[in-house]
Amino acid sequence: MSTDVKIPQDLTRTQHDAPTGVKLPIYMDNHATTPVDPRVLEEMLPYFMEKFGNSASRNHSFGWAGEEGVETARERIAKLIGATTKEIIFTSGATESDNLAIKGVAEMYREKGNHIITAVTEHKAVLDTCKRLEKHGYRVTYLPVQKDGLIDLEDLKRAMDDKTILVTIMAANNEIGVLQPIAAIGKLCRERGVIFHTDATQLIGKVPVDVNKDNIDVMSISAHKMYGPKGVGALYVRRKNPRVQISAIIDGGGHERGMRSGTLNVAGIVGLGKACAIAQEEMAKESRRLSGLRDRLRDRIMGRLDEVYVNGSMEHRLPGNLNISFAYVEGESLLMGINDIAVSSGSACTSATLEPSYVLKALGTGDDLAHSSIRFGIGRFNTEAEVDYVADRVIETVERLRELSPLYEMAKEGINLKDVKWAGE
Amino acid sequence: MSYSDKVIDHYNNPRNVGSMDKSSADVGTGLVGAPECGDVMKLQIKVNPATNVIEEAKFKTFGCGSAIASSSLATEWVKGKTVDEALSIKNMDIVKELSLPPVKIHCSVLAEDAIRAAIGDWKKKQESAKPVAVEAR
Repeated sequence: MSTDVKIPQDLTRTQHDAPTGVKLPIYMDNHATTPVDPRVLEEMLPYFMEKFGNSASRNHSFGWAGEEGVETARERIAKLIGATTKEIIFTSGATESDNLAIKGVAEMYREKGNHIITAVTEHKAVLDTCKRLEKHGYRVTYLPVQKDGLIDLEDLKRAMDDKTILVTIMAANNEIGVLQPIAAIGKLCRERGVIFHTDATQLIGKVPVDVNKDNIDVMSISAHKMYGPKGVGALYVRRKNPRVQISAIIDGGGHERGMRSGTLNVAGIVGLGKACAIAQEEMAKESRRLSGLRDRLRDRIMGRLDEVYVNGSMEHRLPGNLNISFAYVEGESLLMGINDIAVSSGSACTSATLEPSYVLKALGTGDDLAHSSIRFGIGRFNTEAEVDYVADRVIETVERLRELSPLYEMAKEGINLKDVKWAGE
Repeated sequence: MSYSDKVIDHYNNPRNVGSMDKSSADVGTGLVGAPECGDVMKLQIKVNPATNVIEEAKFKTFGCGSAIASSSLATEWVKGKTVDEALSIKNMDIVKELSLPPVKIHCSVLAEDAIRAAIGDWKKKQESAKPVAVEAR
């Protein structure tokens, strides 16, 4: 008896050498973290061994040198966001800033109300903080997002009531890079006397932000997403029109005007300040370069592969972000095939929970496509040659894995995968 | 997460990738998992009707590297075994051979399910074929 055995093309993985001008491995996961810019490191170094003083030591030159470094940094951060120096509080990073903002406002304004509004696509630092507050008698509304990842302002209006004290909506999403309409959100909050906090971790240094024009009351900032060091961040807290007060969550020596006790991470703060100064100088030009590279990556991939879907709005998006789903290919197996390139996947297999990305699910992306997603984060040190190499490797790997995929075979046979009764469901 | 050398080897050089005619009487097809769960395996066997020996095995898998490796290994192992011998392959044998971490054990379970589903499909075909053969005489 003859059985028709279809011999597929050679499915052995091809091994590659780096093309000229490209050094492997390539780092293209700049939403996770960024390398420290050499100019940032250079400014930080004296603060470890020479100017090591405690910035709170008021009566000797070592302390004064530390304080000078901190205050210069405060000025640079304030300048980048249109704030004043007294409105900048240093923290250990954006997670602490989010906690301080949300818990600090919630406690301070408890008499006024107990209602907080956020969105389902927020970072866990915001979502889990809100969940904890729910256990302490606060009411939290989690706004849905539209297919493009943006919240609907009408939903926000409807959610506000006379007990609403805080709206916390991120400026740019860490997975899909989508920019929320923060100025409009801030305006709505201002009209109703509600405090507006935004987690701007991914936005700062990439897209211009002005706390006055954008009606922001409280804003979280991180250094390591903008070519500064890890372990340092800041919180902007508005001082007037209106004055916002927050309760401290860390008690101690009363540093940072009582809002955040603890000896300042002077070297880290100096690094954050320098990172802001560089961003201010180079942002306009750099963001054009990044969006050019991002579009090049997208066009090359989508020019060669069918059934590739961009997750989230292309219009309202960080310049260096591309998040795409490759139908019929599982994300982690794709990462394995491009293991000389560092990117992330929304696939369940890359997390301990076996649940695919909650952000992609919130967009209405099916679980199958969420499992097939890859996040590219193009940054300051990526080159056009790297982007081309990445595109070629992704295309080749997706083609190979599709030949290996029973779903691709079924789709080619004209079977609608949605109609199949899956044994595992 | 780092992968064992054997998982990487199966991922880089998957064995027995392909498809056989699922309507053929001596081919059994198992399709397990679901796209929403991030794993789908199709495993096919071709059985010699006289000896019950699995002479050919093919797979296609949508899933992570460990899922691809588990199903690739499964096709290697069932080949040359009788149907009953193949049924004795346990998922923990696959876990051991590929050094799968706890979070990837479900990949081996799916591979065992795929073997059983393929054999089950083949057996069903043999049973439904019998009465037809009697009538034809």
